[in-house]
Amino acid sequence: MIVSFTAILLAQLLGEALARAVGMPVPGPVIGMALFLAFLTLRDRWRQASARLLPPPLVDGGVENAAKGLLAHLSIMFVPAAVGIVGKLDVLASHGVALAIVLCLSVTLTLAATVLTFVAVSRLIARRDASRT
Amino acid sequence: MSGDFALWVYLSRTPLLWLTVTLLAYAVADRFFQAAGRHPAANPVIHSVWMIGLVLLVTGTPYPTYFQGAQFVHFLLGPATVALAVPLYERRETVMRALLPMGAALVVGCVTAMGSALVFARLAGIPYDVMLAMAPKSVTTGVAMGIVEALGGDPTLAAVLVMMTGMAGALIVTPLMRLLRIEDMRARGFAAGLAAHGLGTARAFQVSEVAGTFAGIAMGLNAFLTAVLVPVAVSFLR
Repeated sequence: MIVSFTAILLAQLLGEALARAVGMPVPGPVIGMALFLAFLTLRDRWRQASARLLPPPLVDGGVENAAKGLLAHLSIMFVPAAVGIVGKLDVLASHGVALAIVLCLSVTLTLAATVLTFVAVSRLIARRDASRT
Repeated sequence: MSGDFALWVYLSRTPLLWLTVTLLAYAVADRFFQAAGRHPAANPVIHSVWMIGLVLLVTGTPYPTYFQGAQFVHFLLGPATVALAVPLYERRETVMRALLPMGAALVVGCVTAMGSALVFARLAGIPYDVMLAMAPKSVTTGVAMGIVEALGGDPTLAAVLVMMTGMAGALIVTPLMRLLRIEDMRARGFAAGLAAHGLGTARAFQVSEVAGTFAGIAMGLNAFLTAVLVPVAVSFLR
């Protein structure tokens, strides 16, 4: 558990440092995710060497379980930031209804546009592949 | 009475109280969510937020005081984002096969998210400074705050709008997908993560792990593209 958590935090720390150093617009944790992905890929490419060199939780599925444990509770982690709404009640009072309508409309449109594009393109590819064979 | 008051003064300043309140509210909301058959309208985030908000308003507790306790939960968002690498890695073959649909959906979704927010906001007569904070509403909080700050807007307001968008998205996504008859979990998840960042991703994980994986990817990619495109979109407003 400690080793797994250390590995995850280390990836985030490196990501954070990289984001600052290069001045990337991407947040540190997202770069940390990419680094962690690279780590998992390299670990499995050199399976024997990693089994010998790395601490057991990083090779026996322990780190995967720790990661999934975190993700199972992803929802609660948004609560503290979302409660910040109470600090902006003045803006919400003056434009609340308009804001809510705009946000709901925009998010609905975005969901629909994204999902329809995804489905349309994947169908197009499937049809092209089918006609080729 | 003064003894009780002294206890309150003491407790309200320790992180313990607000951390406990956060976990308790979520535990209650999650219980309700499970009892309601995981119905989207019973989303545990939305219901814990109003419960905690009510407690803060009634006790007159300022948000920064609350956050001192709640920050321990908030902190886990970073490691959880890194943890998204695990489902992504385990499903890498499914992901690699969907590169083209993801790329197309990313561009269309990102432009729709920003464009529709700005156009509707202008039609609704929302002032410019609020509109500015609204442009990156579909990306994860940290990035949205950074973008708005760089443009001279109000980052706290941006965070609030991001959260409202996330909650709206988490609420709408399942009924909307049923209405559109979309059964492809990759597409559903990708849309949820793109339109409603982490809250959409959390909702997607409640529905299926494939959806959650694709939501996580969409969230990361959209953060990047939005950071590049918002300054361009906002320049059209002036």
